[in-house]
Amino acid sequence: MGNIMTYHYAVSPDDFTRAGEASSNFKNVLKQLCVPPNIIRKVAIAMYEGEINMVIHANGGDITVEISSTGITMILKDVGPGIPDIDKAMQAGYSTAPDNIRTLGFGAGMGLPNMKKYTDEMTIETELGVGTTVTMVVYF
Amino acid sequence: MTVQDIKEILNAKVLAGADFLDREVHSACGSDMMSDVLAFVKDQSVLITGLCNPQAIRTAEMMDIVCLIFVRGKAPDENMLSMAEDRELVVLSTDMTMFTACGMLYDAGLRGGTSIG
Repeated sequence: MGNIMTYHYAVSPDDFTRAGEASSNFKNVLKQLCVPPNIIRKVAIAMYEGEINMVIHANGGDITVEISSTGITMILKDVGPGIPDIDKAMQAGYSTAPDNIRTLGFGAGMGLPNMKKYTDEMTIETELGVGTTVTMVVYF
Repeated sequence: MTVQDIKEILNAKVLAGADFLDREVHSACGSDMMSDVLAFVKDQSVLITGLCNPQAIRTAEMMDIVCLIFVRGKAPDENMLSMAEDRELVVLSTDMTMFTACGMLYDAGLRGGTSIG
């Protein structure tokens, strides 16, 4: 009890083809730790959506994940433009992604709602021109 | 049905994961929009898409998809295929359109199961 394992990932900016590497890597860590598949899936999807957002909107950033005895906490931190209207951003289908992102299979306005749906807790701290930190928790 | 059955129904080429054709699949979804696959798909084991970029492979990975089918003759590059092999993901390619491929598989008994909410 009380023992926390921490992992750090850098999300590289402007390289959409590599977006998702951190989530893929962490999913493998969870598999090796024999975390139940339903938990792994929730974490993988939420983290992947968050990682894609960081590449599309915020020039990348840093992800810290912590595994404790009670659950998995993902902290996604960027120094991007910030989110002007969180309520709007949380609406399914509302997107500010550029059109070229939609040709790549993303930008349907499902990212943040989906992250909320697959996690037990989600908080967004954002400041315009400073950056955004999204913290998500999935409990065991 | 198995992945091998799908290969035959769609007259598809196996591009990766040839060792796993005996895997059972129970349901499928078809979309070019990975955002929607991540949002609406539940326990599907087959993803049918015309989106040919590494995010199709990654989405399949996150969703625990067993078999990824590219329609309209889309040909993934070597990087994508190597990603798929690393993940033990079967990749098929068919010349059929999305509509036809989905229809043929539905006709053969494969179902959706996608629901909103």
